[in-house]
Amino acid sequence: MDAKTISRREYLKSTGALIVSFSFSGPVSRVLAQSAAPASVEPDATSLDSWLAVSQDGSVTVFTSKVDLGTGVITALAQIVAEELDVPFKQIKMDVGDTAKTIDQFSTVGSRTIERGGPQLRQAAAAARLELLKLAATHLETPVEKLTVSDGVVSVAGSSEKKISYADLIGGRRFNTKITATGTGWDLKVAPEVRAKDPKEYRIVGTSVPRTDLPPKFTGEFTYAQDVRIPGMLHGRVVRPPVVNSKPQSVDENSIKNISGIVKVVQEGNFLGVVAETEWAAIQAARALKVTWSAPTTKLPANPDELYAYLKNTKSFRDQVAADKGNPEAALSQASKTFEATYRWPFQLHGMIGPSCAVADVHGDKATIWTGTQGPFRTRKSVADLLGLPEKNIRVIYCEGSGCYGRLSTDDAPEDAALMSRAVGKPVRVQWMREDEHGWEPKGPAQLLTVRAGVDAQGKVTAWDFMDRSFPWTESQGNPLLASKQAGLKPTGQGNSNGTGGGGDIYAFENQKVVAAGIPWQHPDPTPLRTSNLRAPGELARCFASESFMDEIASNLGVDPVQFRLQYLSNNKRATEALLAATKKAEWKERASPAAGSSGSKAAGRGVAMGNRANTITVSVAEVEVDKSNGKVAVKRVTLVHDCGLIVNPDGLRNQIEGNVIQGVSRTLMEEVQFDATGVKSLDWVSYPIITFQEIPDVEIVLINRPEMPALGGGEPSIVAVPAAIANAIFDAVGIRLREIPLTPQRILSALKA
Amino acid sequence: MARISLKVNGTSRVIDTDPSTPLLYALRDDLGLNGPKFGCGLSQCGACMVLLDGSTARSCSIPVSAARNRNITTLEGLGSVARPHWLQKAFIEEQAAQCGYCMNGIILTAKVLLDKNPSPTDAEIKKALDNNLCRCGSHLRVIRAIKRAARERA
Repeated sequence: MDAKTISRREYLKSTGALIVSFSFSGPVSRVLAQSAAPASVEPDATSLDSWLAVSQDGSVTVFTSKVDLGTGVITALAQIVAEELDVPFKQIKMDVGDTAKTIDQFSTVGSRTIERGGPQLRQAAAAARLELLKLAATHLETPVEKLTVSDGVVSVAGSSEKKISYADLIGGRRFNTKITATGTGWDLKVAPEVRAKDPKEYRIVGTSVPRTDLPPKFTGEFTYAQDVRIPGMLHGRVVRPPVVNSKPQSVDENSIKNISGIVKVVQEGNFLGVVAETEWAAIQAARALKVTWSAPTTKLPANPDELYAYLKNTKSFRDQVAADKGNPEAALSQASKTFEATYRWPFQLHGMIGPSCAVADVHGDKATIWTGTQGPFRTRKSVADLLGLPEKNIRVIYCEGSGCYGRLSTDDAPEDAALMSRAVGKPVRVQWMREDEHGWEPKGPAQLLTVRAGVDAQGKVTAWDFMDRSFPWTESQGNPLLASKQAGLKPTGQGNSNGTGGGGDIYAFENQKVVAAGIPWQHPDPTPLRTSNLRAPGELARCFASESFMDEIASNLGVDPVQFRLQYLSNNKRATEALLAATKKAEWKERASPAAGSSGSKAAGRGVAMGNRANTITVSVAEVEVDKSNGKVAVKRVTLVHDCGLIVNPDGLRNQIEGNVIQGVSRTLMEEVQFDATGVKSLDWVSYPIITFQEIPDVEIVLINRPEMPALGGGEPSIVAVPAAIANAIFDAVGIRLREIPLTPQRILSALKA
Repeated sequence: MARISLKVNGTSRVIDTDPSTPLLYALRDDLGLNGPKFGCGLSQCGACMVLLDGSTARSCSIPVSAARNRNITTLEGLGSVARPHWLQKAFIEEQAAQCGYCMNGIILTAKVLLDKNPSPTDAEIKKALDNNLCRCGSHLRVIRAIKRAARERA
C-alpha cells in the first residue's frame, strides 16, 4: 500500500497517467530521486478522478492530503475506502500529502482525520462504486440494482458467470465524472447524496488490519523525510542560539575557513544558516561560525513564578465561553460550602525524537519541498509567502517524519531549506540539531487555571466557575513561522486559541461557566517560547484542573470520586457507561479519598479522571505507589476506557491509547521546559527528561465500540485525563494535593514535609 | 579527506571522507543506509545505534575512523521486508511501533539482549532498553515483541 515505492511506479506504468516519476540512481542504492512533473490536471474536489484511480491490475490509488504521522491513520482510511468499494484491502494504495495531486482536506490535526477525512474518502469511494456499477450495468446488460460486488468484481446476482472486474471496466482510464463537493478543508462535504454502505455490512472496517507502514520501519527500508535524497543535494544547518532571536550584527566567515566543503553562509534578515557539501561540514560550520548578535528587544519571564504572574495579571485578548448556564456567582454566594483552587501547567515540548527535517529544491520561480508536515497545503502557503511566489508554483510532497504530536502543524524546516536552496540554486536538505529542536520548536503553551465551586447543604454542586488563562498558538492563523519571521514577515494576530474543552463542561451543573482566556504572547522578535498546538491542545491542563478539583470536592464531602461524578452525568449515557466500565475493569473499591495512610515508606493510591476530546470520551484510572522517603511516584497501572463511536481498526486504536497513556505519564511526572529571561534552558534529553522503559505503567484498555455512531478520532483523546488521574491517585495515596505539573519527586517531597 | 574502509553488514565498503565525521553520517550519506537515524547527536536517545563487533554503539558519537576494521551491523543487516529477521518478524506481528523512528536502536538493543539472554524477563528487557527513548509510547508493544521473539526464535 505504500504508494511511495514500487507500487506507485507500477501504477503509473500501468495507467500511463504520469503524475510523478521515480528513479533510483547514483552510487547510493537508496537514493530517492523524484522529478517534479506537474499533474496533467489540477486536482478538483468535484472530479472523481481527483480522489481515486483504478489501475489495470485492479489496484486502487487514493489521493489524500491527510497524512500518517505514525498513528496508522492512513491504514484506517484505506480500510474505509476498501470497504466502500468492495475491493480487497491489499489493493488499496494511498498516495498521501502531495499538493500537486490531492485536494486540501485540511491538516492532519485535532483527532479529526477519521471523523472528517474518513467520510470524505468514504463518499468518494461510494461515488466511484456507483459509477463502476453503472458501467457494469451497460456491459452486463443488467440493471444496477441486480449487481453485486465482491473483491472488485461486479457480478449479476444469481448468475455468477456474468461478471466483470473494476480493472476491466475502467483500469488505467479516468472516470471523467463530476461529483458534488461543497465547503473546504475538513468541512468539505463530498458526494453526500450517494448512499454509503450500511455499517452492519462492514467486513474490513472494524478489523485489526495490520499497518502497512510498519514492516519497512523495522528493517530500515522505510523512507522518512530524513531519508529523502535528491541528486546534487547539499546540506544546510541553521544558526540559532536558544535565546530570543536578535539581529546578526556581524558574521565572521573566516571563522569557518578551515572547514572544507562550505558552500555558502546564508543570511536573510535575521535568518542565518550554513550550506555545505556534507552534513558534517554543515554541522561543524554552524557550530563554529562566529556571529555577533544585537541585544534582543524582547525579554521573557525570568522564571515560572514570573510566568504564572504574567498569565494571571495580563488582560486577555479573547475570552471563549465553553459553557454558560445559570448564574454561578449568585449560586456561589448562596452555597453552604465554597471551594477554590488554582493549577499550573508549564510549557512542554512536543519532543520529536527525530528533529525537524526538510529538503527544498528552489529553481527560478518554482520550488519543490519534501517534508513531514501535518499540513502540506499550509506548508505550501508558508513557503510561498516567504519566497514571494504564487502557491501554485510550490509543490509540497509529504514524507513521514518522526512522530510529531502537533509540532509539524507549523513545520519550520521547509522554510529554512527553501531560503538556503534559493541562495545556492541547488536542492538543500536541512535537519535541525537537537538543541535547535528543543530550543526552537513551538512549545505547548503554559496555562494557569482557576476553579471555584459551591456546594449546597445536601452536598450537591450548585456552582462551577472555571477559568483557563492560556497563551494562544503564536505560530498559527497565518502568522509567520520562524524563518519567515527572521526574514522580516510580521505577525498579523495573536494566533489561535489553545482550545476550550475539558474545563468541567462534561458535567451537568445547574450554574456553570467555563471560560478560556487568551493571554497575549506575540513578541517583536522570534522567541524560543513560541507556541503551537501540542497533542490535545490545552485539554490536559484544563482536565488536570477540573478533574483534580472534582476530586478535591468529593474528598472534602467524604464521597467516593466515581459516585460523586456519576451524579452529574445522568444525561450523558456514553460518559456514564465509560466511567462504569472503568471502575469494573480497574476493580475500583467504593470509598472516599484519601486512603487510610500506610505506615511504611511506600503508599499506594488510585485516582480517576475523565475527558471528552472531539466527542471521544475517555476515562483513566491510575494506580500509583508513592515513595514517601524520596517523593518518587511509580505509576503501576493505568486503566483506560475509550469510546470513539464506531471503531475502524481496534488494534490501531489500542496502539494509540497505549502511546497516549505513556506520553501522558511522562508529561505529568517529568516534563517542564526550563527557561529564563533570555530563552530556553532545556536543550537536550537530560535537561528535559521524558519517560523511559523502566518508568512505564501497565495499560489496561477497554474499547467501547458503537457501530451505530460515526467513527471519531483516537489520536489524542486518551491522553487528556491521564494527568488528573495520576494527581488524584497521589492524593489518594499520601493525602497531598499537587496543583502544579510536573509532579516531580521534589514537589511531592516538599508537600509531604509541609 | 581520507579513504576509509568499512565492513558493513558483511560487505567491505570504501568511502572518501573526513575521518572525524561521525559514523552516522558516513553510513547514511556515503553508504545510503537509512536504518541509523539522527536523533540527538549526544548519545542520549539511541536512534543512531549500530552494532560494532556485536555490541551496541551510538554512531552519532563515534568518528568514522574509529570504526575501521570492525564489523558494523545496521538495521538493514538484520533482514528485509521480504526476508525479515526473526526479531523483526516479532515486531511486525506485535505492531510494535507508531512512527518507528526510534525502532532502529530499539531492535538492535533487543538483538544484543537476546543474544546474551535468550529469555529475558520484563524487568531485564526494560533495563536493557532504558537508554533508548521512544516518544510515541510504543514501549509495551516493544516488550511484547521481544518476548514473542524470544519464544518464537527460529
